[in-house]
Amino acid sequence: MIYYDKVTKVYDGGQHAVEDITLGIDSGEFVSIVGHSGAGKTTLLKMLFAEVQPTEGAIYFGSRDMSSLSNGELLRIRRNMGTIFQDFRLLPTKTVYENIAFALEVAGRTDEEIKTDVPHVLELVGLFDKMWNFPGHLSGGEQQRVAIARAIVNQPDVLIADEPTGNLDPINTHDVVEILKKINDLGTTVIIATHNKSVVDSVQRRVVTMDQGRIVRDDKSGKYVL
Amino acid sequence: MSLWINTKRVARYGFIGFIRNGFVSLSAVLIMSITLFVVAGLMISGAALDSTLKQLKDKVDVSVYFTTKATDSQIADVRKALENLPEVASVAYVSREEALAQFRERHKNDQLTLQALDELSDNPLGASLEVRAKETSQYEAIAKFLEVQQGEGGAAGTAIDKVNFYQNKTAIDRLTSIIETSSRLGSVITLVLGLASLLISFNTIRLAIYTSRNEIGVMNIVGASRWYVRGPFMVTGVLYGVLSGLIVLILLYPITFWLGPASERFFGTFNVFSYYTDAFPRLFITVIGSGIALGALSSFLAVRRYLEK
Repeated sequence: MIYYDKVTKVYDGGQHAVEDITLGIDSGEFVSIVGHSGAGKTTLLKMLFAEVQPTEGAIYFGSRDMSSLSNGELLRIRRNMGTIFQDFRLLPTKTVYENIAFALEVAGRTDEEIKTDVPHVLELVGLFDKMWNFPGHLSGGEQQRVAIARAIVNQPDVLIADEPTGNLDPINTHDVVEILKKINDLGTTVIIATHNKSVVDSVQRRVVTMDQGRIVRDDKSGKYVL
Repeated sequence: MSLWINTKRVARYGFIGFIRNGFVSLSAVLIMSITLFVVAGLMISGAALDSTLKQLKDKVDVSVYFTTKATDSQIADVRKALENLPEVASVAYVSREEALAQFRERHKNDQLTLQALDELSDNPLGASLEVRAKETSQYEAIAKFLEVQQGEGGAAGTAIDKVNFYQNKTAIDRLTSIIETSSRLGSVITLVLGLASLLISFNTIRLAIYTSRNEIGVMNIVGASRWYVRGPFMVTGVLYGVLSGLIVLILLYPITFWLGPASERFFGTFNVFSYYTDAFPRLFITVIGSGIALGALSSFLAVRRYLEK
């Protein structure tokens, strides 16, 4: 489903973030990408939704080479990917409802569908009663659950999570991981970059370990080992 | 999905953005009001300058004085020749009798002169033609034409007693240069002030959108099209423009009302309040139109910076 073909990324300052990575991820997998800060985890994920372009190599989503897409095609593919970030990246001037509705609107859904789907997904992440709050009025854990709701509302093929528990306490971390596992059980591919050992160990699925821009381990049912 | 639904959503988000970013909107509207005030001010001062220059131009003419023996057909010939010149705007005929009546009127308090006039058996004044040119700079060419007529000594030429251009030449030349300088200076001031206020407004909107740069980034990642990201910001920009324009137009009413009499005394016949009421549709279209264009264009350009290439 996703294939990194000999991918290298060198940033403008000459910093090698990712070097010669070849990695395949099948549909329905739950993959944890682990490594120290600066190991290249975030760059690897950003290249998947084309926020960053590889310097060498190619990334395939299905049969499509992500670097050769037109703007319209890229937007269509992004609507089919859910993204979650450490800093939540919610729209601060929109309510919880509007944040999630926005993802549905850009995907071309009707007002009726939006009115049904948004409360439903908020119920799923346990935030039905916070629907009309603004993100600034929510706790970190709640904001991350809004971000998850936004990421999954379009029922994407793949969910990309970059340090989703980085700003959360252990209880919220546990909640977020449980939600991600549930989403994966429903058939969505989940790729998570983290350096949180408890998250990786609790998932007990495939673990890809990175160090200095390279993949140093790839365990099918692994634990956090550095 | 229909274009109508998209437009409706974009307009709604634009309006919501305007309301929810209240403080940012307030500062943008205030700054833009100053810009549009400058636009309206330039428009009004331009009209005042035009009206003053027109008045001055109307006061300038070249008079052709005929001898007392000049016949009507000779005068008619000169008049016809003048009217055929492309530089001439109008030619007015003053008969000998009218000239005498005007002379008497002018000197009605000067008994000595009037008595001397009465002593004469015949009207000593000749008929004259008052010639107005289309541009003040063209008087010299008209005067030259008359001089040639006079010099050639034809029937019509000999009837001309004198042409008063050279007596007035210095004044006409000076006025021509004042008019040209004023127009040029007016255009430069308009351009500089217009550009400066345009840049200030543009920068304010850019700063307003700078606060939303992360939001734009998120919209890109969620898969929003460029127009879906840009649209609400442009709607907000247009709202800044419309609101600022309305503020300026409303404020101009008491200001021009208050300045009206003073402006009439200063400019002669130009009253800013009369101009405001008479030219209101043009003023409305210019001010609101500039506001809309400025708001939409500034937002368009500012958002472009944060959109993915």
